[in-house]
Amino acid sequence: MVNLPLFIIIPFGMAFFIPMVSRKIKWVPDVLGNITTFILLILSLMTLNLEYVYHIGGWKAPFGIVLVLDGLSCLLLIIINLISFMATLFSVEYLEKLYTSKLRYYSLFLLMVGGMNGTVLSGDLFNLFVFMEIASIASYALVAFGCQASELEASFKYLVMGNVGSLLVLYAIALLYGKTGSLNMADVAKILINIPYDNLIAFAFVLIISGFMIKSALVPFHAWLPDAHPSAPSPISAMLSGVVIKALGVYVVIRLIFNLFGFTPLISNVLIYMGVISMIFGVCLAVLQWDLKRLLAYHSISQMGYVFTGIGLGTPLGILGGLFHLFNHSLFKSLLFLNAGSIEYEIGTRDLNKMGLLYKKMPITSFATFISSMSISGIPPFNGFWSKFIIILAAIKAGRPIIAFWAVIGSILTLSSFSKVLKYSIYGKGEKFNEEKWEKIKEVGDLMIVPLIILSVLCIFSGLLLYGMTEGIFSPVINVLNGGVVEYINKVLGS
Amino acid sequence: MNEEKGMSLIVKTVTRWLKGFIFLFGAYVVIFGHLSPGGGFPGGVVFAATFILITLAFGKEYVLRKIGKILASELDSLGAILFLLLATLGIYFTGIFFSNFIEKFHPTGNFKLFSAGIIPLCNISIGMKVGASLFMVFIILSVVRVVFEDGKGKLITTEKKDKK
Repeated sequence: MVNLPLFIIIPFGMAFFIPMVSRKIKWVPDVLGNITTFILLILSLMTLNLEYVYHIGGWKAPFGIVLVLDGLSCLLLIIINLISFMATLFSVEYLEKLYTSKLRYYSLFLLMVGGMNGTVLSGDLFNLFVFMEIASIASYALVAFGCQASELEASFKYLVMGNVGSLLVLYAIALLYGKTGSLNMADVAKILINIPYDNLIAFAFVLIISGFMIKSALVPFHAWLPDAHPSAPSPISAMLSGVVIKALGVYVVIRLIFNLFGFTPLISNVLIYMGVISMIFGVCLAVLQWDLKRLLAYHSISQMGYVFTGIGLGTPLGILGGLFHLFNHSLFKSLLFLNAGSIEYEIGTRDLNKMGLLYKKMPITSFATFISSMSISGIPPFNGFWSKFIIILAAIKAGRPIIAFWAVIGSILTLSSFSKVLKYSIYGKGEKFNEEKWEKIKEVGDLMIVPLIILSVLCIFSGLLLYGMTEGIFSPVINVLNGGVVEYINKVLGS
Repeated sequence: MNEEKGMSLIVKTVTRWLKGFIFLFGAYVVIFGHLSPGGGFPGGVVFAATFILITLAFGKEYVLRKIGKILASELDSLGAILFLLLATLGIYFTGIFFSNFIEKFHPTGNFKLFSAGIIPLCNISIGMKVGASLFMVFIILSVVRVVFEDGKGKLITTEKKDKK
C-alpha cells in the first residue's frame, strides 16, 4: 500500500532540497528533478484501484485533516505525475539554451507538482485551498520565468485573475464554515443534506464554483489563459495546459458538484451551456491565431468545453466521455506544447508565417505534431476520436442532439485550425519563410525526442485500449461520481 | 561600514541599540508559541522586521555583506526541510504522518516549555522559514529593477553595479 503523504513529502522536500545542494554543481538539479518526478510517477501508478482515507496526525475524520484516495484522485494523480515526468525530461536540454537558473526552475516546478498532488488528495476544504494556492503561486512565477516584458505582463494578468478566483474560493469557504461549522468536505456535505437549503448556501456555491472555473478557464473566465500559457517556457506550458487547469480547475469543480453540493438538473444545464459556449468560442478564436503556442492555448479553452459538456450530461456514458477526454487532452495537449517548444528551440520563433517544410529537417517532431494534431481534431485511430465520439454519443442518448451538433462543429473547426498549423509549419511554407535559416535547422537532441515519442505512442494506444482502460481506471471514477454525496460521506466518515 | 549610505546618525544609533531587543522578542514569540499568543509565523515576521530595519537604517549593501542572499536562501530551504523532516519522523516513530511523537504532559510543572511535543520544534522551523523568506522578498524588491531598452522591458539586478 502506498503511503499517501509521500505524494506531498517527496515533491516539497525535493523542492527545498535542490536549491540547498546544487548551487555549485550544474547537473544536480536535472538529475534530482527527473528522479523525483519518476518516483512520483511509479507511486501514482501503484495507487491504481486503491481506495482509502489517511488521517493526518492520527486525528479522526471530522476533526483532523484527511487525505482521500479514490478513483477520481487516482486518475488525476496519474495524469499529473506522468505529464510532469515528461516535462522534466524535456526540460533538461530545453532550458540549457533558452533559460538560466535551473535550480529555481526545478524548485518551483516541484512546488507546483506537490501543490497539485495535495489538491487532488485533500479531503478538507481549507487544505484544498492552501494546496491550490501553492500550485498557483508557483505557476505565476514559472510563467514569468524568462523575465521578458511580455512574460511579466502575462504573469501579472494571470496573477490578478488567479487571485480573484482564490479570493472568491476563500470567501465561499468562510461562508460554508460559518454555516456548517466544519471544513471536512464529507462532514460539510453531511450537514448540508440535513439542513434546509437557503440562499447563503446557494451564494457560497456560486462563489466557489466561479472561483474554480476561473482556474479552469471556461469562457466567461478565460481571459488570462491565452496570455499566460504561451509566455511560459514550453515544458511549463505543457504542464499548465495539460495538468494545472485540470487539477486545480476541472477536478475541484467535479468533486465539489458531485460529492459536496449534489448534482441537480440546473447545474447540469449550466455546465453543458458553459461547455458548449467555450467549445465554440475557444476554437473560433484559435483559427485566427498566427502564434503557434497562442493557438494551442485557445484550443485548451475549447477542449475544456468538451470535458465540461460530457460531465455536465450527468449520465455514466457522458461522465466516461468527459473524463476520458480529460485524460486524452492532457496527453495530446502537452505533446503539442512540447512540439511547439522544440520547434521554437530550433527556429527561435513561434510565428507560423516564418516556419515551413519542417518535415524534411525535423522528422520526429513533425510526425509527433501530426499525431497530436490528428488526436486533438478527433480523427479515428487516435485517442481524441474515441473520447469525442463518446461525448457525442452520450449527448444523443441523453436526448440533446443540438449539443451533439455543436460538438461536431467544434471538432471540424479544430481540424481546420490544425490543418493550418500543419500547412504552414510542417508540410508547406509560411509567407515569410526564410530559406537560409531553414538550411541550418536540425532535429532536437535525444532527451527532447524521448518524451515526444512516449507521448505519441500513448496518444495512439490509449485510444485503442479504451476497453481495458475503462475497466481499470474509469469505472472506479464513474462509481465515485455516480455514488454522489452519500457514498462519499460514507467512505470518508466511515459510517 | 559605509557611513554615507543609509539614514542619519540618530537612526543608525537607535537601530544599533534596538536590533538585539527586537530579535530577542522574535525569539520569545517563536519559542513560547504553544503557550502564549504567537508562534512560528509572527515570530518569523519579527525576525524579518529586524533585518528590514537594519536595511532601512544602514542601506542594503551593509545587510547583503553581513548576511547575503545565498545564506538567506539556504536558511529558507533549511526551515522548510526541518518542518517536513519533523512531520516525516512521525511516520518513522508511530507510522502516522505528522503525529506528535515526543512525550507531552500538562503545562503546570517546572518545564512548561517542553509540554507540547514537537510543536515548539515546528514553530522554530517555521520561524526560520518565514523570517528568511520575508527578508528575501524585501531584499529582492529593493535590488531588482525593470529597465527599458529599445521599448522592451527587462528585469535586472542592481546588486553587482553597487558593489563596484
